[in-house]
Amino acid sequence: MIISGLFKFSCLYKKVNFVLFFVVDQLRSVSVDLNNDSSLLIDIPDALCERDKVKFTVHTKTTLNSFQKPDFSVSRQHEDFIWLHDTLVETEEYAGLIIPPAPPKPDFESPREKMHKLGEGEATMTKEEYTKMKQELEAEYLAVFKKTVQVHEIFLQRLSSHPNLSKDRNFQIFLEYDQDLSVRRKNAKEMFGGFFKNMVKSADEVLISGIKDVDEFFEQEKTFLLDYFSKIKDSTAKAEKMTRSHKNVADDYIHISATLNSIAADDNTALKQHLEKFAELLEKLRKVEGRVASDQELKLTELLRYYMRDIQAAKDLLYRRARALADYENSNKALDKARLKSKDVAQAEENQKQCLLKFDKLSESGKKELTSFKGRRVVAFRKNLIEMAELEIKHAKQCVILHSTCIDLMDSSFIFAVVQVRGRR
Amino acid sequence: MMLLCRSASFSSPARCISNEDQEPEYDTGDLDSDDGEEIFTGTSNKPFVSTPPETDPSSDIFSEEGSYTVQKHTAPKTNGVQSDEELDLFAEATVELTLTAPNSRGRKEIIGPTEPLSTTVNTHGKLHVANTSNKPSEEVEEEESGDTFELNIAVTNPEKMGDGMNAYMTYKVSTQTTLPAFRSKTFSVRRRFSDFLGLYEKLSVKYNLMGCIIPPPPQKSVVGMTKVKVGKEDPSSAEFVEKRRAALERYLQRVVSHPALLQDSDVQEFLEREELPRAVNTQALSGSGFLKMINKASDAVNKMTIKMNESDNWFESKLQEVENEEQLLRRLHASVDSLVNHRKELCSNTAMFAKSVAMLGSSEENSALSRALSQLAEVEDKLEQLHQEQAFSDFFTLTELLADYLRLLGAVRGCFEQRMKAWQRWQEAQSTLQKKREAEAKLLWSNKPDKLQQAKEDITEWEAKVGQCERDFERISSTLRKEVHRFEKEKCRDFKHHIVKYLESLLRSQHRLVKCWEAFLPEAKAIV
Repeated sequence: MIISGLFKFSCLYKKVNFVLFFVVDQLRSVSVDLNNDSSLLIDIPDALCERDKVKFTVHTKTTLNSFQKPDFSVSRQHEDFIWLHDTLVETEEYAGLIIPPAPPKPDFESPREKMHKLGEGEATMTKEEYTKMKQELEAEYLAVFKKTVQVHEIFLQRLSSHPNLSKDRNFQIFLEYDQDLSVRRKNAKEMFGGFFKNMVKSADEVLISGIKDVDEFFEQEKTFLLDYFSKIKDSTAKAEKMTRSHKNVADDYIHISATLNSIAADDNTALKQHLEKFAELLEKLRKVEGRVASDQELKLTELLRYYMRDIQAAKDLLYRRARALADYENSNKALDKARLKSKDVAQAEENQKQCLLKFDKLSESGKKELTSFKGRRVVAFRKNLIEMAELEIKHAKQCVILHSTCIDLMDSSFIFAVVQVRGRR
Repeated sequence: MMLLCRSASFSSPARCISNEDQEPEYDTGDLDSDDGEEIFTGTSNKPFVSTPPETDPSSDIFSEEGSYTVQKHTAPKTNGVQSDEELDLFAEATVELTLTAPNSRGRKEIIGPTEPLSTTVNTHGKLHVANTSNKPSEEVEEEESGDTFELNIAVTNPEKMGDGMNAYMTYKVSTQTTLPAFRSKTFSVRRRFSDFLGLYEKLSVKYNLMGCIIPPPPQKSVVGMTKVKVGKEDPSSAEFVEKRRAALERYLQRVVSHPALLQDSDVQEFLEREELPRAVNTQALSGSGFLKMINKASDAVNKMTIKMNESDNWFESKLQEVENEEQLLRRLHASVDSLVNHRKELCSNTAMFAKSVAMLGSSEENSALSRALSQLAEVEDKLEQLHQEQAFSDFFTLTELLADYLRLLGAVRGCFEQRMKAWQRWQEAQSTLQKKREAEAKLLWSNKPDKLQQAKEDITEWEAKVGQCERDFERISSTLRKEVHRFEKEKCRDFKHHIVKYLESLLRSQHRLVKCWEAFLPEAKAIV
């Protein structure tokens, strides 16, 4: 990964003033490489972080005529991505598609907390320790930052690689409109509406889990997805905890290393160099442990998190289909009633035909989407698990080397006593 | 993987600092049996086995967790080769405790202020005694060797006796020795915690005034013991018992590694006698407990008021060093403690994650992926075990070492304080003498012959006392100096040893980590 950039980080005691400017150039790992259709290439080459807001630079390169220019960039905020996602979800036309999950809000909570603790503990640490902790903190900010850029980018790339969604008008506006989108923040009514929609969704959940689907494929998918979702949600949470513990251990090495250095400074026996070497080792070790933790985070935790959201999107598709089925059945009943009353029959018939059409369309595209989703998921898991195992091996081997050299150094300065027995009787 | 298993042994001439002003009272019958034999053969070549704390108690008790690495030089070199190293030498060896024969160069006891000779006795793990070689920086001269004796101690088999709130744990203290002072070669007794404390009390009373550094015992813990008494069979109380057992073992090993203490009858009685009278003055709420508290308080006040006129800067700077070191060690101890806790957390989180992934794998429809996920779960399980062991190692190798040294440094400070008190007594005696002289002068003036006689007697008495105090003070100073040297060397060696041991445990973990992940990789690659 190549990161270059300015990094100005000034920490006032209670307030964080943060300017991060990065040029990020990396192969995305959570999903397979999506940018392979050269007619529409999207990436986020850099991003700016001011206070809490992150401004992404979305860069598009295209050969399609529907765009005005072949190469252009715009600046977007997280809310704009959310707007795009919601608009797509609400579009009837895409009801039969799995809409890529919206990227989560950039979350700097954990590093911010650490910063607080660091500020409070400053008095008790040595200068050197403090610097190292600060470095660690900066690395963590960096990691969160990288992650958030990555998820936003993937979102756009999935849209661009989807045959239907890439042609969406709103998507094009998002990519092209060079002014601030100034997406209206949801007002109270919409928030409430959103809340209500969530309630309906959970009712849907009950609905589809109760009814046994006629179609074998969808029935299987439904059972599988529901079960898998709850398990993967659990795994994600546990993986997060595990990675956090790893980070804590790495941080502890900093404190120990710094204290050892202080002790070594005061010591003038033979122990001094041993303490220094030990401290040095711990310093190197904590960097490796830190990398282990962050690699685990990227490959494992992120993987699980991402597919958790993806499966949610797949579940949404199933809900929509179930709703369409319910609508179809209702229209059938309405038609029968109309026929009985001999009133509005034509209308009811039309309604029923529409519903059936919609349902069939949903089923067809749904089947396609779900099948390709399966394949995608397996490939992604494979890639990430392999990468994670390889990285773990690499780091562990590095640790082995560090330890062995340190032990060798210490051993060679051990002086074995050979004391002579003088035979004076 | 570097396990230190080299084994040769060496002995070294040494002498014990025994009770004051006595020739070593040994059963010296055997001391002359040195027939030019390779003295090294006496020791057992026990290969070092690094065992985790939960060792099978039936195994050789002397190769338990408490024992340290045995590193020695190969035999050929030892004969007739004088080590010229500048550092202090004895890396760990098994014990060769040599007692100088009375027909040796007949050195006086070290305690005598005139003789600068002493042995610095280093012991490590199993008792081994070594000597310093010709180092210009050292103040001691070489001793010659007599015969070598061995003393190994282990504390094992904690057992709960009694019931309810009157329950207590007993520990089996086993000794293996060739010292003639003991009745047999191998023996064991059962002791309870208060017995150990009682031993410490007795030793402090005896040796405090001499400036010897007495190793302090592990601390009382009301909470821990209550849990054990109540009989909860949970892992935390098992851990507490194990922690205490290991601490008691280290305590005894330190005690016997001090040459003077080894000769002490109380120590020998502790190791040997079947039933010890219950040491009641160690109870927290006893009369003597209160007395101790009061003494401590008055000591603290005294410390603030005594301003010692230090003639020897060495003591002042040393005390400062000790205090600084104590502070830093405390900080280090806190950091290592936090490391242990975090690792334990990591361990439990990994376990939960492993279970979760296993469930995920079982509900996965793609069979290859499902297999891979279950493999992942197994790998994480192994990792959890690894982390668990690493946490134990962190704890027993580092944290306890630091805790022990914090207590030892406290004991060292105590010795310095004793010296100050001795000085104070000397000064007081001097001022009293002065007063008596003044009184005599006054009496001379006022010409009262009967009281004069009394005054003269007083003066003689106090002059003797002043002389005594001065001698005491000198003696305590010189002993303290030597003790501090011995302590520092031992600390140096202890730390080095533990650091290497810790690094080795880290190394082992990483090796296993590599293996785990390498086993997993083909499974991941097999996903289709």
